[in-house]
Amino acid sequence: MPDLLLDIRGLETQFKTPDGIVHAVNGVSFGLKEGETLGVVGESGCGKSVTMLSVLGLIPNPPGKVIAGEAFYVGQDLLKMSKEEIRHIRGAQISMVFQDPMTSLNPVLTVGFQLEEPLMLHVGMTRNQARDRAAELLGMVGIPNPKDRLNDYPHQFSGGMRQRVMIAMALSCSPQILIADEPTTALDVTIQAQIIELVKRLRSELGMTVVWITHDLGVVAGLAQRVMVMYGGYIIEEGPVNDLFANPTHPYTLGLIQSLPRVDQDQHKKLYSIEGLPPILYQKPTSCPFAPRCKWVMDRCKKENPVLENIGDGHRVACWVNTSTGRNR
Amino acid sequence: MTTPNNEVLLHVKNLVKHFPINRGLLQKQVGAVRAVDDISFDIKRGETLGLVGESGCGKSTTGRSILQLYRPTSGHVEIDGVDLVRLKGEELRRMRRKMQMIFQDPYASLNPRMTVGSIIGEPLIVHNIASGKEVDDRVAHLLELVKLSPSFSTRYPHEFSGGQRQRIGVARALSLQPSFIVCDEPISALDVSIQAQVVNLLEDLQEQFNLTYLFIAHDLSMVRHISTRVAVMYLGVMVELASRADLYGSPLHPYSQALLSAVPIPDPIAETNRKRTILEGDVPSPANPPSGCRFRTRCPIADKICAESRPEFREVTTGHFVACHMVK
Repeated sequence: MPDLLLDIRGLETQFKTPDGIVHAVNGVSFGLKEGETLGVVGESGCGKSVTMLSVLGLIPNPPGKVIAGEAFYVGQDLLKMSKEEIRHIRGAQISMVFQDPMTSLNPVLTVGFQLEEPLMLHVGMTRNQARDRAAELLGMVGIPNPKDRLNDYPHQFSGGMRQRVMIAMALSCSPQILIADEPTTALDVTIQAQIIELVKRLRSELGMTVVWITHDLGVVAGLAQRVMVMYGGYIIEEGPVNDLFANPTHPYTLGLIQSLPRVDQDQHKKLYSIEGLPPILYQKPTSCPFAPRCKWVMDRCKKENPVLENIGDGHRVACWVNTSTGRNR
Repeated sequence: MTTPNNEVLLHVKNLVKHFPINRGLLQKQVGAVRAVDDISFDIKRGETLGLVGESGCGKSTTGRSILQLYRPTSGHVEIDGVDLVRLKGEELRRMRRKMQMIFQDPYASLNPRMTVGSIIGEPLIVHNIASGKEVDDRVAHLLELVKLSPSFSTRYPHEFSGGQRQRIGVARALSLQPSFIVCDEPISALDVSIQAQVVNLLEDLQEQFNLTYLFIAHDLSMVRHISTRVAVMYLGVMVELASRADLYGSPLHPYSQALLSAVPIPDPIAETNRKRTILEGDVPSPANPPSGCRFRTRCPIADKICAESRPEFREVTTGHFVACHMVK
């Protein structure tokens, strides 16, 4: 596959907990094309964040451990790199924005200092050059009076402004890939709309590749070109955004989309609900992880774990059942 | 969904809640956070009034002030014709049976040292409604109502998932057979697939017991689904109140319009064809709100008059209230 910017194969990550080993990611393979925006969707504990953190070597070990897999970025396997090597990739070529802008900024350092640090470290700028660039970056993400704001501490910014600072920091070294992990979940909707507009603008200006991790299918619908749905540490469905929303094929994706009320439509009937709870995987599943909650479940689902199969046009799904007939696919 | 009749259950008039800001050695009051600043509305028996707005707009403070968990600075809160603001002690305590609350965070709102049975049964004992074996029977019944197994009553909150805990919170709220429940962001801490379960449960219970809800939320899609009427708050004031169809179909206040246009729709085709009003800037501080209309600093259509006088909250068409100078 020549045009893949990031190529992840067979990634598995586990965590040791007092209750046993949790199998958070159980063999995830996907590619990221240059310039595209990939939405990664799933509920808490489905492995969506852990997948991306594993790729960047950000899983704390112990308790976590990447036990298998490869992640190729421009021909190099990120998972085989030393701490020092990956530090040069992280922040410089692949950078990340996290959910909570308050806990990801250092409260005792000025925003300016925190913005200048990666520029001096990765790009080799002097402090003065870095300061100018930092002000320019704050201006780019829409913060008024950027020069003065460099001397402010994180608590002097509002939640939305802090997230803009985080984005400015992530963009500071002009990375090829921006990974955003629920960057708007902690924000109000009008501020979320501002941040999404900002990312859309920067994406087209800078030609960035974006991975947007979220639980909000609405955000993904407006932002991503391709969507990947995760459940129980697996990719269970993946496809181009229009196709996935028009023809959701996995019972879980189908259920999620049907369970969402829409702000632009009246819905008087009861919400569709998926019964049961998402699993905590103390054992690597040998059957379909969604089988206990699935209303189309068949015998085969309880014996064999389905693999991702192409059902046309880059749309892949991991399910034995054809939900329109209720029989084997 | 039950069809609400026109009987007013709750009447809120000129409700104000200010939190004092104290400074200095003597803790002198130097100002106030004007969390709720003069709002009036009714809730009819059997209906769900959705209350939406962004963080810090005063929607939770409104809910708590109605239940007298915060004593209002001024104003009236009448339930079945009794003004709660004037009540104290035993009289107020007796009224509390009629009104309960479901909290946002199912992890923080259940005492971790109490069993599920004693959490749900405590209100019954406190209000001298039941004792001994009768409490256990009622608890078992309540657990069944919220679709949990009665055997759970001897277990502790940490043994349950977020969705199950929220059901326990619902059972506790129902134990006194209230007529009015404030649901303060009851689903926002839950996973997407669990939210629908809890919302369906709330709707079933409403139908079964003719409950009246004040449903506080920031998720405008869910509010559209569950509410009969919807009120929008901004920085301590109510800017619009209308039936669900009117508010979502033809919102009048520029803030309601911007808020609705900011909500993502889980449909890529609808998303591409959408026109968004992106609001500039952040919500100002409620300790020092703008003069006149509080929304004017971010309003796309603000005029001179908006800085000079506070717009009146008036009925524009039947049942559709709005506070905006620019709406004719």
